Amino acid sequence: MKILVCISVVPDTTTKISFTDNNTRFNNQGVQYIINPYDELALTRAMELAEASNGTVHVIHVGTADSEASIRKALSIGAHEAIRVNAEPADAQFVAAQIAAVAQNAGYDLILTGRESIDYNGGAVCGLLGQLLGIPSVNVASKIDVSAGTATVEHDIDGGREVVTVQLPAVISAQKDLCEPRIPNMRGIMAARTKPLQITEPGAATAASGYVAFELPAPKQGVKLIDAENPAELLYLLRNEAKVI
Amino acid sequence: MSIIVFAETTETGYKKSSLEAVTVAREIANRTQAGPVVAVVNGQASDAASLGNYGADEVLVLPGSATHSPDAAAAMLAELARNKNAATVIISNNYTGKSIAPAVATTLNASLATNVIDYPDTSAGYKVKRGVFSGKAFAWVELKQPVKVLAITPNSFEIRESGGSATVADAGVQVAGSRLQIQSVNKVTGKIPLTEAEIVVSGGRGMKGPENWGMIEDLAKALGAATACSKPVSDMGWRSHSEHVGQTGITIKPNLYIAIGISGAIQHLAGVSSSKVIVAINKDPEAPFFKAADYGIVGDAFEVLPKLIAAATATSH
Repeated sequence: MKILVCISVVPDTTTKISFTDNNTRFNNQGVQYIINPYDELALTRAMELAEASNGTVHVIHVGTADSEASIRKALSIGAHEAIRVNAEPADAQFVAAQIAAVAQNAGYDLILTGRESIDYNGGAVCGLLGQLLGIPSVNVASKIDVSAGTATVEHDIDGGREVVTVQLPAVISAQKDLCEPRIPNMRGIMAARTKPLQITEPGAATAASGYVAFELPAPKQGVKLIDAENPAELLYLLRNEAKVI
Repeated sequence: MSIIVFAETTETGYKKSSLEAVTVAREIANRTQAGPVVAVVNGQASDAASLGNYGADEVLVLPGSATHSPDAAAAMLAELARNKNAATVIISNNYTGKSIAPAVATTLNASLATNVIDYPDTSAGYKVKRGVFSGKAFAWVELKQPVKVLAITPNSFEIRESGGSATVADAGVQVAGSRLQIQSVNKVTGKIPLTEAEIVVSGGRGMKGPENWGMIEDLAKALGAATACSKPVSDMGWRSHSEHVGQTGITIKPNLYIAIGISGAIQHLAGVSSSKVIVAINKDPEAPFFKAADYGIVGDAFEVLPKLIAAATATSH
């Protein structure tokens, strides 16, 4: 089985978010970048599925050379090859179009993404890829099993979970519960140094949107403390002051 | 140029998020002098004309009485959007909507924005406000294609009743096939879905173990709330991951979020900071959550909760 895992590179989850250039650009000063946590789960599950079927795993990333450390990490986790499309990932539609251009006719049985990136939270690349490639897509999977060309997927739906089967090739997005992320070992790290990292220039697709400005949430006015002996006061305030119950 | 809005049914009517979506469609139609507002109903349409009261001019009911899979619904929705010369397609940013919107946008060669939390700014170009960085910030995004597909976040828009009326018709499209074969569905019944809940009661490590969750559930029940939990709680298996709110879990924006025994790490706050009102209950007065909260009780959850549940139960009827 040949699997493609889409990797996004995002600020570490502990990052304090701020903006520069009159709030038009994310301030990446001192920010640690990591593989998007959901994409790491997708990669780990891909490794497990490939190991069970003597398959191969490729990772693809749309981004600049700044991301190469994260791509090497993906290789050290076990991916066999990496592809970097050398372009700023302008929006989900641009990224999906670039990945689709690479994946088209490349014979992948399965394409995995994270359920969303934790920076721009689009959650759209999986569905976009499915439509662009004309293959089924399943969002927010907590279990993925493959047998005889069919994937059985447990995934979240509104108000619960369902199990669906789809014929491969298919694109599936990963969430927690899918597996425990793998930590690269020394052998993996050494091997990653010599694994192929192919850099391709972007295709003709243009972004359908552009970020023009950012805002931080308004700061809280300060907490109003209520006596622990009299929690009914809290309910009174929520009902009559905040008017939320 | 019409505005198309995707409406999902429940056993008794329409999802609240769908009524929000119809309201948004009406408002965008008014602001951009577009119209009509065409609501496309997926599922058993009970009282389809009632969507007129929220601003729909026409209601089109997708063929077949069952709810269609996202891929089939997306294909039919895109076809209708094309037939109706849609300028904008509005879809809820829930699991179903997020499975549909990308396919619709691709088919229509439209700009896609998910996680939209406010009305578009059409004063110059077409800009929408999205939640980004898992609730830590917002972004204004310019949508460049003539057609826009917006997935709007539940609980971000107030439902408005316009008192209007709508015509109802069959959508007149062929049933699109689905490539997803549903094997089993496990829906939590009788509980409010977390992403749509107006009130959320959430527990953290301070609850000490899953056996103490009865108190969280009792308070939630008394307030008509959904239950949630912090990352450590789902990591330890005390509660299902589907309840985990935070940066690597679900981002929610209820009217009221009550955090009990949760310290308020930055990753947790990211997922809940868009809540209108936040209450923190924690025995540690230095817990970071108090800085992000509107109301707080410094106290032991095991002493505060029984009193709070009793007071809430007494006034909930």
